Amino acid sequence: MADTAQKTTRIRSRNWAGGTLSWVWLFIVLLPIYWIVITSIKTQAEYFVTNPFRPPMEPTLDAYRLVINSGIIRYFFNSVIVTVGAVIPAVLVSFMAAFAIIRSRPNRFIRSSNALFLAGLAIPLQATIIPVYLIIIRLHLYDTLLALILPSIAFAIPLSVLVLSNFIRDVPNELFESMRLDGCSEWQTLWRLALPLTRPALVTVTIYNALGIWNGFLLPLVLTQSPDLRVLPLALWTFQGQYGINVPAVLAAVLLSAVPILVLYIVGRRQLLSGLTAGFSK
Amino acid sequence: MTIASVGSAKPAPSRSAQSAHGRSLGWLAVPALVFFTAFGVIPLLGVLFLSFTTWNGIGEVVPSGLTSWKAVLTNPQLPHAMWVTFQVAVLSWLFQTPMSILLGVFLAGAQKYRAFLAVLYFIPLLLSSAAIAITFKALLDPNFGLGTGLGLPFLSQDWLGEPKLALGVVVFVVSWQFIPFHSLIYQGAVRQIPTSMYEAAQIDGAGRVRQFFSITLPQLKNTIITSSTLMVVGSLTFFDLIYVLTAGGPGDATRVLALQMYITGFQGNLMGPASAIGVILVLVGLMLALLFRRIGGGDETTSQLEGA
Repeated sequence: MADTAQKTTRIRSRNWAGGTLSWVWLFIVLLPIYWIVITSIKTQAEYFVTNPFRPPMEPTLDAYRLVINSGIIRYFFNSVIVTVGAVIPAVLVSFMAAFAIIRSRPNRFIRSSNALFLAGLAIPLQATIIPVYLIIIRLHLYDTLLALILPSIAFAIPLSVLVLSNFIRDVPNELFESMRLDGCSEWQTLWRLALPLTRPALVTVTIYNALGIWNGFLLPLVLTQSPDLRVLPLALWTFQGQYGINVPAVLAAVLLSAVPILVLYIVGRRQLLSGLTAGFSK
Repeated sequence: MTIASVGSAKPAPSRSAQSAHGRSLGWLAVPALVFFTAFGVIPLLGVLFLSFTTWNGIGEVVPSGLTSWKAVLTNPQLPHAMWVTFQVAVLSWLFQTPMSILLGVFLAGAQKYRAFLAVLYFIPLLLSSAAIAITFKALLDPNFGLGTGLGLPFLSQDWLGEPKLALGVVVFVVSWQFIPFHSLIYQGAVRQIPTSMYEAAQIDGAGRVRQFFSITLPQLKNTIITSSTLMVVGSLTFFDLIYVLTAGGPGDATRVLALQMYITGFQGNLMGPASAIGVILVLVGLMLALLFRRIGGGDETTSQLEGA
């Protein structure tokens, strides 16, 4: 792939339009981020008097102190519980389903399951939030973290199955064949062959789903109400309602809420970017 | 690769002529099916069912025939919300698609710094819609925000107070969030275009612009369809961003369908009519997905939505 790209550029001369545009866009992307960072270390007074894009004269961590004292640690752990609790089961069951779809003898059950998951891609699942709310109430799960986890798993399944089955399809059949000749059951093949070979796809799907769930807003808004159970995006929103005038504090909260994801991105960046490109560009 | 067994194939056991395809592994799909049925399929049927009922969100669900549908379809807010949704979808598509294609084509080049650009571009996608909305709300403050900072008075507008401007801001912020994702998709697709096509074009004397329009764009057809499907169907679900940024305002200038559904159901306690709006959302989403698929030729079962 890199090889092709290299040739492409050698043949094609300079792309001025694209080049200019990409630097302009970089500026548009980075300006708000830069602004978040410098404003979050300003005092409230300085925010009102200095130029918004000038770094603070006397940097301070007051805003961060305020945010941490407002309980963001708890919201952080709520977010972790929901994200981990939803992503791991979602990826596992999607992986098993993807394996079944690719490896099983084709029959009506497999075909219709696959069709169902594919249909799930075209449906805006958020539109079904009211029945989800009703189901959660009837299961006596309203205002619990489990209420956020269960629908999140379901919503993550269609895309995960699709991406993972595309990858399992690419595993050469001879490998499966030789596993079988070795007397391995399909169950063993699943874990000992398919799992390691699809690891890049699993990482991609895991990060992608984790992003979506970590940042989810509608489910927590509708399915919980206790302040103790807030996840980060919801906490940000209520925090902004409370301290709206204290912009440095609000932006410090924005930044803190994104730190874990930024770390995850730095660690898994290569795999996420290449996985997404491969998964979506077919 | 750590598949120790590859090289050591034993003599074939008796029923081995058949591949694994001889067995049904359907049971492996059952856990995923259970989750997806419980919180995907049943709610989908449920939203249709609830649209024929009356429910205030707390008490009993009472069947009430077409009452909810009548209430929704005669409410002038519905056509308005549909119009706003349509505007947001079309405008953000018109802005995002050319930008993403150009950026994607550029990022597909081999220089190292372009990969670095891609890494930075991706940052907005890591932030929650709530965080992005809160940031822009503060950044667009007419007194302490963007205009003051850059010394450009025309940027010091009451961005979220004027209906037309607020709609524009929503489109811009949506694009800010999602252009990186779509340029990444295009970047991958551009890299899959065979170099030989460009070599041939060059021999024929085609210039860069000509190459872009007669090779790159046609070769990106499927990707354009995938990306547009994601953009347009996705725009039906912009709830959190708009809810936090404008709460649908000023007035109802940015109240899209999803917001209309939330406000009707969870603020007005009219779950029946809200479910009817939910049904409309699902139908519009399905119709759009099918439409895009048809535009793409709709050849195989999975190809156009592949990765969608």
